[in-house]
Order: sequence, then C-alpha cells, then structure tokens
Amino acid sequence: MTVQPMVKFDGVTKRYGALTVLDSLDLEIMPGEKVAVIGPSGSGKTTVLRMLMTLEKINDGVIWVDGEPLTHMHKDGRLVLADAAHLRRMRGKIGMVFQHFNLFPHMSALKNCMEAPVTVLKLSKEEARARAVELLEMVGLADKLDHYPAQLSGGQQQRVAIARALAMRPKVMLFDEVTSALDPELVGEVLNVIRRLGSELDLTMLMVTHQMGFAREFADRVCFFYGGKIAEQGPPEQIFGQAQNERTRQFLSACLEAI
Amino acid sequence: MVMRKLVVVAVVSFSAGLAVASFAGFREFIPGLLEGALVTIQITLAGAVVAVICATVAGLAKMYAPWPLRWLAVVYIELFRGTSALVQLFWLFFVLPLFGVTLAPMTVAIAALGLNIGAYGAEVVRGAVAAVPRGQWEATTALNMSRTQALRRIILPQAFVAMIPPWGNLFIELLKSTALVSLITISDLAFRAQQMNQTTFRTLEIFTIVLVIYLAIASIITVGMRALEQKAVGAMVRGRGH
Repeated sequence: MTVQPMVKFDGVTKRYGALTVLDSLDLEIMPGEKVAVIGPSGSGKTTVLRMLMTLEKINDGVIWVDGEPLTHMHKDGRLVLADAAHLRRMRGKIGMVFQHFNLFPHMSALKNCMEAPVTVLKLSKEEARARAVELLEMVGLADKLDHYPAQLSGGQQQRVAIARALAMRPKVMLFDEVTSALDPELVGEVLNVIRRLGSELDLTMLMVTHQMGFAREFADRVCFFYGGKIAEQGPPEQIFGQAQNERTRQFLSACLEAI
Repeated sequence: MVMRKLVVVAVVSFSAGLAVASFAGFREFIPGLLEGALVTIQITLAGAVVAVICATVAGLAKMYAPWPLRWLAVVYIELFRGTSALVQLFWLFFVLPLFGVTLAPMTVAIAALGLNIGAYGAEVVRGAVAAVPRGQWEATTALNMSRTQALRRIILPQAFVAMIPPWGNLFIELLKSTALVSLITISDLAFRAQQMNQTTFRTLEIFTIVLVIYLAIASIITVGMRALEQKAVGAMVRGRGH
C-alpha cells in the first residue's frame, strides 16, 4: 500500500482581480514531512498557507488534506465547493501560527490555549486546562500561564501562539514567517520550540520562512517559489548547495548578502 | 493684605447675599422637581437598555446577517437617524392609535428614545467591531471556531472597550432628549419645571435648579462610563508595558 500525501495541491490557482498569485500549483506533502517554502515577496508563498488554512477562497483546482478534499466536497459523485460545515470538519486537521501572533489580548496565555479546545472541541475545562498547561510547559512558558499577551515579549507571545495551535491537535502545522516580526535576539527561542516539535511530535509541517539557515537544517524539502509557481524544489542540500534554477541562485545569493 | 482680605470678604458676602435673596424660597420647588427628575432617570435608564439592545442587534445584523435582515437593519438605522426624535415620539403617540395601537405614554417614551439612540448606537457597535484587527478573525478561523463563537468570545469583548466612550456620549444625548417626553403628557423634570413656572413665574430659580439637576445626572453618567472604561481596559491589557 502506498502512503497517501497528507496535503495535496492539485492545479490550485488563486487570483486577486487580474493578479494571479498562485498559478496552477501542484504540491504534495507526505505525512510527517517538513517543508520549507522560500522565495521573494509576492511569489505566492504565504498564499499557499492561507489557502490551506481556508483563509482565502480558491479560484481553480482542489486542495486535499489527509485523503479528503478540503476546498471541495463530494456531492452526487461530483466535487463541489465546500460548504461551511465541511470546512469546519476539515479545518480541524490544520493549525496555523501567524507572523503577528494574533493572540487574544483579553485572555491570559492559559486562556488563549484553552479557548478553542473548550468551545470547539467541547473538552471540559479541566481537560483543556491540563492540555494547555502541558503545551505551555513544552514551549517553556510554565511560569507565564496567567500572563496576558501585553505582558509577554514577542518571542514568548509566539510560543504561546504555537501552544494554542497545538492544543487543537492538528495533523498539519503551518508557520507563516513566524519569526519575521521578532527582535533578532528572540528568534532563537521560537526556532528552538519548532525544532522540538519536529523531533517530538508526529506533525506534518509547512513553513514560510526567511531563516535560510533554519530551513537548511530543519526541512526535509525546500520549495522555492517564484511568480506563483514552484520554480525549484528538493532536499536542502540541493537547493542551498547546487540550485539548478537561475532565479533560485539569484534569490539565495541576495539573501546571503543581507547577512 | 488686610485690605485685600476685606475686599474678598465683602465680595463673597455680597454675592452670597444676592444668591440667597434671589433664591429665597427655592426649596419649595425642589421636592416637585426631584419627583420629575426621578421620571427622567427612569426613562433614561430604560431607554438606555432599549438602545443598547437595538444597537447591538442592528449593528451586527448590518454586518453579518443574511440580506433581508441586513436590509431591515439598514432601514431601521436610516429611518431613526434621519428623522427627528420629536416626530418619532409624536408618531408613536398620536399616529399609532389611528391604527388601533395605543401605548402608555411611558412605553412610548422609552421605545421612541431607545430606538432613536439605538440607531446611532448601531453605528458605534459596527465601527467598534470593524476596528478589531483582521488577524483576530483569522486566528479564530485557524482554531476552527464558528463565526458566532468568534464574535461572542473574541471579537465582541475587544470591541466592547472601544464602544464605551461613544456610548457615554449617546447616554448623555438620551438624557437630554428625555425633555421631549414632556410633550406627550409625562411629568418628567422639564414638564414639572414648565408647570411650576406657569403658576409661580419664578423662572430664574426653577430653570437654574433644573439645569443643575440635568448636569448632575449627566456627570454621574460620565463618571460611571469612565469607571467602566478603566475597568474594561484594565481587564484587556493587564500590566501593559510590564
């Protein structure tokens, strides 16, 4: 039996008016695989994550998650656009961490992590609390349970956001430039947490990142986006060592100059 | 130094004497006016409840409800913002009976003023909800919350803080517009004042006292809303700035 991909983009197109952001994208991600998405701004890399999180509507193509269509559903033997109920059923398989954390400012770190497990998964308060405490310990914030987002540093807030996403027990985790809004000295603590998730949890991860060093060391595969398409992809050694595509080489050398 | 003190004493005693002279016997008006003030306060409080409910329902319906309800909300908001409160009051009081619906004066007063202020409040609610950053909505989607859950648990609590100062304004507006109900036979503060004025012609005393009473009620609203705001902001961003 062949293992089916956890995530599959099948000819996915996304347009904003006349602008085509994703151009008939095909992409398969296997269970447990860690894929880093790199590329210049405007290349569509963040859109990939936003489409997968159902934050954007699809114009063409189908996205599959865990063997089922995400953006569509089966009806009378055909695939039709998913309704709200189908989206809610499928969305539970995916978690996302945002560039700007998007923590709930009126809730403590603990409450941020308990909210959706209680309201969406219908866990009891005790269960949700135990789960939240365990995850906040895992991201190194056992002593900040009752702190509000405004009382935490950017790195701490982002770690709470990771714990909050994990509390929903997703199969796929999306990281959208999660260190881009952080002061340089706080980047490491967030990357360390992601490293830990990679080694301890059986998660499929898709991350858009500008941290080339981290992508190289952490990812199983690197996809270089350009103009709404994957211009080149492969294991990190290949992309960072001997990129075939001229655009990839240009982009990577520009990134190196920035350091 | 002594001279200066003497001048101050002279001026103060002269003013006090003048005040006492002109307000002599002003006490006789106070019980009646306070009774009227009680009616004014009742209408303000009940009207505020009606206004907040109407504003929340209409404001959210205008943003999120399916089109027939959304359309209804828009009609309500535009109708009550676009016509005078006095005409609305008269319409409910004098016109509705022509269609066989006769309401008690107090009911009309509370409904008309509540609906009127609620129409302005709907825009306050809409503005405050729209001002919650989009990232908050996206976080609720990523956590698979329904739109209702998101609105109730995440968006409205944040919007609430931003709503408090404009609601303070509207409540004071409401208090002042209660004076209109004197025109539909209700013995509120303004009605009592006019009645007393007609029988005693003590215009200065009566309307000065009324002024002070309105101001006092408005001040209570201001202080109350400020306390509410401080509490809400405190709950929102405890220990901001570490």
